[in-house]
Amino acid sequence: MTGVRVAGVGLTHFGRHPERTGRDMFGEAALAAREESGVPPEDIESINYGNFMGTLAERQGHQAPLMAEAAGLQCPATRYEDACASAGVAVREAVRTVRSGEADVVLAGGCERMTNLSTADVTEGLATAADELYEVRAGMTFPGAYALMARAYFERFGGSREDLAHVAVKNHENALPNEYAQFHRAITVDEVLDAPMVSDPVGLLDACPVTDGASAIVLVSDEYAERAGLDAPVSVTGSGQGGDKLALQDREELAVTPATERAAAEAYDDAGCSPGDVDLVEVHDCFTIAEILAIEGLGFYEPGEGIGAARRGETTSTSKLPVNLSGGLKAKGHPVGATGGSQIVEMTRLLRGDHPNSEHVEDATLGVTHNAGGTVASAVVHVLEVDG
Amino acid sequence: MTDAGYDEWLDAVGTGDGYYLECPAGHGSLPPRRVCPHCGSADLDRTDLPATGTVETFTICYVGGPDFTDEEPYATAIAAFGDVRLTGVVRGTDPEAVTVGMPVEPATGSNRTTGEDLLVLRPR
Repeated sequence: MTGVRVAGVGLTHFGRHPERTGRDMFGEAALAAREESGVPPEDIESINYGNFMGTLAERQGHQAPLMAEAAGLQCPATRYEDACASAGVAVREAVRTVRSGEADVVLAGGCERMTNLSTADVTEGLATAADELYEVRAGMTFPGAYALMARAYFERFGGSREDLAHVAVKNHENALPNEYAQFHRAITVDEVLDAPMVSDPVGLLDACPVTDGASAIVLVSDEYAERAGLDAPVSVTGSGQGGDKLALQDREELAVTPATERAAAEAYDDAGCSPGDVDLVEVHDCFTIAEILAIEGLGFYEPGEGIGAARRGETTSTSKLPVNLSGGLKAKGHPVGATGGSQIVEMTRLLRGDHPNSEHVEDATLGVTHNAGGTVASAVVHVLEVDG
Repeated sequence: MTDAGYDEWLDAVGTGDGYYLECPAGHGSLPPRRVCPHCGSADLDRTDLPATGTVETFTICYVGGPDFTDEEPYATAIAAFGDVRLTGVVRGTDPEAVTVGMPVEPATGSNRTTGEDLLVLRPR
């Protein structure tokens, strides 16, 4: 089985760009990834494209061939959809395709256009990732779903909104030097606690923003990279995916995320590593509680122990295990179908040393990305390593 | 829109005849189902839904989707009824008065914006 290398990465600015079409954003990200990779377009054999709600936001189905056009590529393209984990699964399937020997070069990534919709329509669109019959009709929104999980966590393990506020403060701080991030604004714990309530206990500053953006990655086999003389020091050495019941009410427990545990176990085994080997991590912090559930599910903390990690300074940029140095979904932004790809882009730059926050992880060799769909009914984990 | 299996179930809850599906291993699930989502057994029998459940978690939603603008603010809760849990809008009390551990009974009501039937949890 061949190894898989990241030959090039590309992003658009994450933020409010309601006038930009999906095809324009993905075209920009794909072109940036292609140019950085140095791979000629005719060598790219397929596109794995992540997108969640384009049929609602742009009334555009069948987006993948459109995105191949936008990227200037003449290859087949397929859309992957697992809600907010869409690009994560698109990358994972690209990794598997290259490993299998079916292709030497695959372009993966994703795009989401969201801010052209009203807040109510975005809320409704995102809610389609939940169970329509049993959750959405009972008034469950996505902030509401994570609020249900947060309260269940507090009940079982303890913790407070103040603990969660430290996650938001940390991730806003990390986003400050990131030119691609939606927010370049430091916030305080008090601001988070005093922000308007969206769905108690999730306040406005506990939630990621609504974001437009795209991500793209050129993935190549070890053999291709060597043959073409590419400068591609980062490899994807582990990949895993886990699933769970769609509706929260059908899960065994509400305060843990077994899909993340399963995805992580598979990815760590694939890469031959353990949580103790991880130098930095990008996790799916769509809400502050989600970062807690993630760092526990990934094995860095026992269930119930992760809640105080940010408050204790154990996950900040200067700690032993920085979490979300990009700013995370919380501050960098969350164009849902692009997010799983953008985590790979950020991790690649952090490990290569050309990210504005690379200075915090100069000796890092191994990073993990974690992308979740819905209330973690889908989870994708990747392990990335840089050549020594 | 008709959702066969679900609509009949919701109607049954509304008349006090609520049920769930149970497999030989004792796993509970809600219709429409052909197999148990927990173990895959195709041997599913209807079992009476307990009359009283307990709130396990809840949220007070201040910003709902377009279908809930006439309900805000409202509490959505997940309550345990024996082998199954139900997610419903809590009515019959102030949203601020909802607590974890509160006993509730299942009922149906009308969505205040769309007029469609929805699952309601009422304090007992």
